[in-house]
Amino acid sequence: MSTNPPKLADLQLEYEQAPSLLKGDSPGKEWLDIPVVFRDGNWCHAAKPNVIEDLGFNNPRKWSPADEDWKLEEGWQKIVKDGMKERLDKFRSFKLFMDICVRCGACSDKCHFFLGSGDPKNMPVVRAELMRSVYRHEFTWSGKLFKGLVGARPLSEEVLKEWFMYFHQCTECRRCSVFCPFGIDTAEVTLIGRELLNLAGTNINWISEPASNCNRTGNHLGIEPHTFKNVVESLAEDIEDQTGITVNPTFNRKGAEILFITPSGDVFGDPGIYTMMGYLMLFEHIGLDYTLSTYASEGGNFGLFTSNQSMKKINAKMFHEAERLGVKWILGGECGHMWRVVHQYMDTMNGPADFLEEPVSPITGTKFRNATSTKMVHIAEFTADLIHQDKLKLDPRRNDHLKTTFHDSCNIARGMGMLEEPRYVLRNVCNSFNEMPEHTIREETFCCGSGSGLNTDEYMDIRMRGGFPRASAVKHVKDKYDVNALVAICAIDRASLPPLMNYWNPGVSVYGLHELVGNALVMEGENERTEDLREDEMVDFEA
Amino acid sequence: MKLIYPLLAILLLALVAYFGAAAGLEYLFGVIIPYISIVLFLGGFSWKIYDWVKSPVPFRIPTTCGQAKSLEWIKRDELESPSGFWGVFGRMSLEVLFFRSLFRNTKAELAPGPSLAYASSKWLWMAGLLFHWSLLVIVLRHYRFFLASVPGFVELLESVDGFLQITLPTLYITDLLLVIAVTFLLIRRLASAQMRIISLSTDYFPLLLILAIALSGISMRYLDKVDVVEIKILVQGLVSFQFDAPGKIGGMFYVHLFLVCVLASYFPFSKLMHMGGIFLSPTRNLANNSREKRHINPWNPEVKFRTYAEYEDEFREKMVKADLPTEVPLPEKRNKDVNKPS
Repeated sequence: MSTNPPKLADLQLEYEQAPSLLKGDSPGKEWLDIPVVFRDGNWCHAAKPNVIEDLGFNNPRKWSPADEDWKLEEGWQKIVKDGMKERLDKFRSFKLFMDICVRCGACSDKCHFFLGSGDPKNMPVVRAELMRSVYRHEFTWSGKLFKGLVGARPLSEEVLKEWFMYFHQCTECRRCSVFCPFGIDTAEVTLIGRELLNLAGTNINWISEPASNCNRTGNHLGIEPHTFKNVVESLAEDIEDQTGITVNPTFNRKGAEILFITPSGDVFGDPGIYTMMGYLMLFEHIGLDYTLSTYASEGGNFGLFTSNQSMKKINAKMFHEAERLGVKWILGGECGHMWRVVHQYMDTMNGPADFLEEPVSPITGTKFRNATSTKMVHIAEFTADLIHQDKLKLDPRRNDHLKTTFHDSCNIARGMGMLEEPRYVLRNVCNSFNEMPEHTIREETFCCGSGSGLNTDEYMDIRMRGGFPRASAVKHVKDKYDVNALVAICAIDRASLPPLMNYWNPGVSVYGLHELVGNALVMEGENERTEDLREDEMVDFEA
Repeated sequence: MKLIYPLLAILLLALVAYFGAAAGLEYLFGVIIPYISIVLFLGGFSWKIYDWVKSPVPFRIPTTCGQAKSLEWIKRDELESPSGFWGVFGRMSLEVLFFRSLFRNTKAELAPGPSLAYASSKWLWMAGLLFHWSLLVIVLRHYRFFLASVPGFVELLESVDGFLQITLPTLYITDLLLVIAVTFLLIRRLASAQMRIISLSTDYFPLLLILAIALSGISMRYLDKVDVVEIKILVQGLVSFQFDAPGKIGGMFYVHLFLVCVLASYFPFSKLMHMGGIFLSPTRNLANNSREKRHINPWNPEVKFRTYAEYEDEFREKMVKADLPTEVPLPEKRNKDVNKPS
């Protein structure tokens, strides 16, 4: 199948001319009567049988979402209904969100997938109704009695296909929940929806395989320990070539003060590697006593997009490794969903981490009081503190070739409330920083369109549509301020925003925050710097 | 259809009450049904809350809408990203009393380019707020029927509410506002394609029902006047469990009362339970302090994960070759040691 997105001109024409619910055109029928059609580019490959077996999920088989027959196992409806019942009893959020929506419509045009597709089922309220309609039919007396009259419908194969399609056109970004008067969070519905899809044996490979890899090798990409070490060391060599500074990262070292964990995308993916180089330079600059781990070599957690149990299983390695190595606390790199897990789930699932100490910056003595229990600190908090206490020697002019804007990652903004720290760091390492328009940043930030494990190539069509609101906001500052650098603190952003920018806003490159820190750091004994970490020319300035 | 069925249902209910009472069933409509409905309302409401509360909150998942508590010199937003009880209290108060989140509402426009623009959109917030507050004031005003002497706050409410002093009896502004707001909310559902497609019959039904209740109430007061003294006697009888037969009141009253009974009975089994649910929403009523204080999940499952030892067992050889430290030395070496002839 084609992995290419639609031609830009075609999509532009579609946005401008085709009737769309977003523009107020009625589709002419109820959403219930609109069939689910799988076509090239709007579905992700099914998980491979060996991956499903490895994860211990139901019904491993070869199949494709585009097939008429999904080869569901006998009795799958009962499995899914029982799964729903179990989760209604386990999650108040789920039960409440099934009951209290008044369909006021405040969320309807808040979803990037709706804004990019005009598809009625991408309105968050309808996405949740896909599930609610079944909930009413199975679990409420009014639904059992009045059926369709009160918006209830039985669970059929057609419904399951609809779930599969639309629970994978939600990136669990929680933007809708900001606007909901009751705080209904579609991410909760989607997370549980995907658990139910797993029960029915309908998984996607791009999520399942990393989850399985992570369990075995310690990271999503399935990189084995020796390779992990080699790659980090080659990045260290690159740093030495460029700056003349030797950085010596250590691995699995017992007795280090701090364990540093970052998404494996920073180690293996372009442009994430430049962010990794930034971290290594920063740690060298301040003389941090830290170690990396090849076992806990993944900050990200595709378990979050799979099931609660998988999330816990993958996350457990962080504390387990920190305890084994005897570090004092954990420092975490730039990543979005990783931090949703670390901030909102980790301590509950795998804590208490009594064997660690309350985190204190060894350089400034600052106590990170907001992390006293989980004992894991975000690198942006850590670096903001260093800069505030004047512990870094920075020359922001070294980033003068970059005119930046900042993309808040969904999970960092809406799942953590970290808005100022990265901005503070950014303002201190570069001279040109302009915000995108209001309603597109901070807690109202737009997803990159590929979050929650959807950043796979076969899904480009949906990704370019879902990323349109973000791209449109970037275009605004590109036109107005000549922005050419989109800075993000998320590994999935760094993987997925470059193709999005190439598609909608050619000329805008994607950077990690600590890559810019690395560019701006004035290190003792360094060579004269004329190029940034990507070997792009810096602008001339008087040293 | 989604609109017609609820409309017909309400018309039918109103007619049943009107002619039922006229046909001598005042006791049924004036005493028996009110008791049944109040039992359904209180019982259903409590049951529903219990049903929600018995499902635990396994994770601390507030949606943060502002800067969290962080480094001391970073200004935090306690109301949008509360770090403790008082922040949550403030956030919830804003939400419940002033519909904070709805106030944020925007409307997206797809413009040529293509580009997206967002304009602040406060109509829904305003209509929602007017509707709910008017309804509350009206319900409180009805308190005068429940007590022998009218409490002071009700009289105050009435005088403020009726300050315009036009018409006789004086016009209550909340009556007017309620009708306007409900009508707006109804038209809003019908006017836009987005709203039409998301609306269910169960969205139109309560709106129409409340409108019908309001209109029947207003007509009793201003047009088809009923005997208020008799109503007060009936209500007093009801609250003191006297089960006396009602006196002559007038058909419109029975329509009004019956529709209120329908609303009360319907309430716990419908979306109207958002009234109770809003207080329980875990994305709003929890502090954003999950790294500071450990949140407990009562069903936290035991999950078998791959331990470091298992990992090292698989990769030991490669790790040793790559100069990575291991807990256990390579087996070959040990074997050699063991097999050494002594």
